[in-house]
Amino acid sequence: MSDISTKPPSRMRSIWDSDLAYSFRRSPVALVSALVVLVLVLCAVFAAFLAPHDPFNPATLNLMNGFTPPNTNNAFTGDYFVLGTDDQGRDVLSTILYGMRISLFVGFAAVLLAMILGVFLGLLAGYAGGWTDTVIMRVADVQLTFPAILVAMLIFGIAKGITPPEYRDQMAIWVLVLAIGLSDWVQFARVVRGATLVEKNKEYVQAAKLIGRSPLAIMIKHILPNVLNPVLVIATISLALAIIAEATLSFLGVGAPPTKPSLGTLIRIGQEFMFSGEWWILFFPAATLLALALSINLLGDWLRDALNPRLR
Amino acid sequence: MNKIIDVSNLNRIFDVSKPWLNRVIERKEKAYLAAVSDVSFGIEENSVYALVGESGSGKSTIGKMIVGLLSPSSGSVEINGVDLMREMDKVKVDTVRSDIQMIFQDPYASLNPRWKVRNIIAEPVAARGGDTKGLAEKLLEQVGLSAGDADRFPHEFSGGQRQRICIARALASGPKIIVCDEPTSALDVSVQAQVLNLMSDLRDELGLTYLFISHDLTVVQHMADKIGVLYLGRLVEEAPRETLFANPKHPYTQMLFDAAPRMDSFGREIPPPQGEIPDAINPPSGCAFHPRCPMATEVCRREIPALRDISGARVACHLAE
Amino acid sequence: MTKTPVLSVRDLIVEIPTRRGVLRPVDRVSYDIHSGQILGVVGESGAGKSMTGNAVIGLLDRPARITSGEILLSGEPIHQLQGEPLRRLRGKRMGMIFQDPLTSLNPLLTVGEQLTETIQEHLGLSNADARNRAIAALEEVGIPAARQRIDSYPHEFSGGMRQRVVIALALCAEPELIIADEPTTALDVSVQAQIIALLKRLCRERGVAVMLVTHDMGVIAEAADRVAVMYAGRLAELGAVRDVVMSPSHPYTAGLMASTPLASIGQKRLRQIPGSMPRLGALPDGCAFHPRCERATDQCKTGGSPTIASGGGRAACIHPLPAAKSEVTQ
Repeated sequence: MSDISTKPPSRMRSIWDSDLAYSFRRSPVALVSALVVLVLVLCAVFAAFLAPHDPFNPATLNLMNGFTPPNTNNAFTGDYFVLGTDDQGRDVLSTILYGMRISLFVGFAAVLLAMILGVFLGLLAGYAGGWTDTVIMRVADVQLTFPAILVAMLIFGIAKGITPPEYRDQMAIWVLVLAIGLSDWVQFARVVRGATLVEKNKEYVQAAKLIGRSPLAIMIKHILPNVLNPVLVIATISLALAIIAEATLSFLGVGAPPTKPSLGTLIRIGQEFMFSGEWWILFFPAATLLALALSINLLGDWLRDALNPRLR
Repeated sequence: MNKIIDVSNLNRIFDVSKPWLNRVIERKEKAYLAAVSDVSFGIEENSVYALVGESGSGKSTIGKMIVGLLSPSSGSVEINGVDLMREMDKVKVDTVRSDIQMIFQDPYASLNPRWKVRNIIAEPVAARGGDTKGLAEKLLEQVGLSAGDADRFPHEFSGGQRQRICIARALASGPKIIVCDEPTSALDVSVQAQVLNLMSDLRDELGLTYLFISHDLTVVQHMADKIGVLYLGRLVEEAPRETLFANPKHPYTQMLFDAAPRMDSFGREIPPPQGEIPDAINPPSGCAFHPRCPMATEVCRREIPALRDISGARVACHLAE
Repeated sequence: MTKTPVLSVRDLIVEIPTRRGVLRPVDRVSYDIHSGQILGVVGESGAGKSMTGNAVIGLLDRPARITSGEILLSGEPIHQLQGEPLRRLRGKRMGMIFQDPLTSLNPLLTVGEQLTETIQEHLGLSNADARNRAIAALEEVGIPAARQRIDSYPHEFSGGMRQRVVIALALCAEPELIIADEPTTALDVSVQAQIIALLKRLCRERGVAVMLVTHDMGVIAEAADRVAVMYAGRLAELGAVRDVVMSPSHPYTAGLMASTPLASIGQKRLRQIPGSMPRLGALPDGCAFHPRCERATDQCKTGGSPTIASGGGRAACIHPLPAAKSEVTQ
C-alpha cells in the first residue's frame, strides 16, 4: 500500500513505485527475458535497416552464394555471411530478421484476435449466465477437445479453399492470424468468465445496477478493468504459444509461403539440409525461435506470480 | 406521518435445486427455499426502521427487494406509491430509482478498485447525464473527508474512510431513502461510532429515511425508531424501539436479548439459548421457532401464528399477551 | 501466587521486513496466563492481536518472525522451536481454534477420522480406545448423538456444531493451552452465546489456559478473567476484566468502551475516538495513541513509547485515567 500523502504522485513515479515494477526489478529472470524479447522485437521491426542483405529481392540473389557456411567468405563470389546462406544463396541472418517479423506479427495479431473474442465472450457468458453461458461454454468445451493445431489447420484449410489462388500468398499471413486466433480464444473466455462470476457478485456491481446502469456498461466499465490481470498473463503465455503454433503450421507447409518465410518456414527449409552438413540453415532460425518463445514464456510466468496476491 | 415505503405480503422463494441431471440420477425433487414469507411493514418518512435477525432470517433479501435488485416472488414494495416492478411510466421509475440508494456491508468490495473516488461518487449522477462538476468534492467534505481525496483510488483508504465514500456515493443522486445493509459490521468499534454518528447527522441535515439492516442489537437500539425482528423469513415482532427493548414479547426476541454479550456480564452464568436456526429448506411446521421455544405448546407445532396487535407492538406468537 | 503460569510471554517482538522498512506488528508484549484462566486479547483490526496468538503457537507466516523476547510454556522456552518438535507441541500441549470452522477442518475426512488421528498421534492409543475417546470429546462439547454423528463429514454439521467439533479437536489431546482466534465472530448471536458458555465450562473443568483473541468487548466481558488491550502492536492495558471494563486506565481502552452503542443508550450521538489507528509503517513517535488522545502532552509525543511497566503496572500510559484501582487478582 502506498502512503496517503498530501498530493498524489505523478504517473511515472507511481508506476516505478508499484509492486509490479518492484518485483520486476528484483527478478533476474524477468529482466533477462524482457531484454531478450526487446532486442528480438527491435531487430524484427527494424529488419529493413539491420539486415545486411535483402533476401527476398531476386535481383540481389546469387545462386553461386548458396550453402556458404557461417562466418566465411563464399568460395566463388567472395561475399561474406555472418550466419551463412541457404540453398538459394539467401543470407540466413537476413532471412531470420525478416522471418521473425512475420512470426511476431502473426503471433501478436492472433493473440489480439483471440483476446478480443475470448474476453468478450467470457464477459458475456459470466455476466449473463443461463443459456448464453451454457451455449458459449459448451462450444468452448467442444473446441478444447481438439488439439489447437488441428483446429488451426481446419480453419486454415477452409480459408485456403475459399480464397482465389492468385491471392493465396498475400492472404496466407491473414489466414494464419485467423486460424491461430480462432483456435486460442477458449482460454481467455474461460478465465474471464471465472473472474466475472466472482466480480459480478461484488457489491460495487450491485451499486452500479442500483443506479440503473445497463448490463453492457456494467460489463465494460466495471467488470472488464477488474478481470484484466489474468488476461494479461494469458496473453503473454499465449503469445509464445501462438508463435510456436505459427512455426508448426509453417513447418508443416500450411503456413507462411517460402516467398515470405516465417521462422517456421525457415526451419522447414533448413531441416532438408540437416544431415547433409549444412546445419546452420536449420540451427539459427530454430535457436531464434527457441529464444523468443522461451523468453516470452518466462516473462509470462513471472507476470503470473507477480500478479498473484497469494504468492506475494 | 405518511409511509414512504410500504411493503405488503412480500414473498421470495429461491430455487436451490441441484442441476437437472443430478436430480434425475439421485431421484431428488426440486428444492425451494422460502427466504422471505409474507412480510408486511411500512416505513414512515424521516424515520429509521431496522430489520434485525440472524443468518437466514431474510433481512438482506428484503433489502434487495426494496431497492429493486431482486424481484419479489409475490407481494409488493411501494416507494412513494410507486411499485418499481410493475410501474410502466419510465419517468416515475427513474425518479424512484434516484430516490432510493443503498450502502453495503463490505467497504472493500463495494468500491470498484480501478476507479478514482471522484468517478465512483459521481456515477449515479453521471449515468443519468447530470452535471457532476465539483459534486464529488462537495460530497467528500460532507462525509468528513477532504476534497483532495477525489483523485485517489479506493485502496488508499481505510475501511471507515471507504464506508464514508460509499455514503457519499449514496447521497450523490439526492435520495430520500437509504437502505443500509449491515453498514458497520465490517468496521472496528471506534470507527463504527464515527460512521453511525455521520449517518445520524446526515439524517437530520437532509431529512433522510433509513432502512437499517443489522444483526447487532446494540447498533439497532442506538439507531432505530422502529424495529422489526425476523426469524426464518418471517416477521415475528415489530415495535417502536422503547417498547421493544423495555418489553420484548416474542420468545425469540427475548432469547436474542439474553444471548447478546453485555459489558456488565462478568461471570454471568445463565443457560445459553437452546438449539440452532433450523434448515430453511425444510422449516419446522407451525411456528418456526417452536423447537427452540421454552413455552411451545401443541398449537405452536400446528399453526403458523399471525401478527397480532398487542399493546403497541405487532407479535406473531400464539402465547404472547 | 508463585505457581508457574501455563503461558508466559516476555517482551515479545515480531518483525516483518518489507521493502519500505521493518514493521513491528507485535512490539514488547508481555503477559501470563494461568491454568483455568481465560485471557481476552482485544483490539481493533491491525492491532496485532492475532499475530501474537500465531507467534505463540508457532504459526507466523514468513517473512514475519520473532526477533526478540521469550515465550514460555509451563516454564519451558518454546519460541525457538521449529519443525518436528514444534509440530508435536502444537496439538499435544497447545490447541488452536480459528474463526472459520469450515476451513479448519479437512472436508474430505470424517470428523471421527480427524479426531482419532489427532488422538493417536499425540496419545498413542489403540484404534478402539481412540474412537471412544473421540466420542467422549464430541459429547463433552455438546454434540448430540455423538456416537452416530462421529462418522459424518464436516459439511454435514451446522456452523455452530462445526465450531464445537473444532473445539473438540483442539481439546482431544488434553493440551495445557488453547488459543482461540475470533472463535465466535462467524457465528450468530444465539450460537455465539453457546460457544462462549462452552469455552468457559471447559476452561473451568479442565483447568486449561485459554487465550481468547477477539475484537468484541462484549465477548471479553462475558468470557474473560483478565484482559489485554492491544493498540498498534503494543499492549495498552492489562488487568482483571472487571477493573478494565468498569474503570479503564488507558485513554484508548476508555475510548473503546465509550464508543460501543451500549455505552450511549438514549443519547443522540455516540462518543467517538477521532481518527483511526495508524498503520504500522507510519507509527507516530512516543505513545502510538497520542494523536487521537485528548490527554496527550508534549511528553507523550517525544518520549519513548510507554510500556505497562513504565506506566505503573496496568496501563502503558504516561497520564493514565484516575480512579484506576490497583491490580486485584493474579
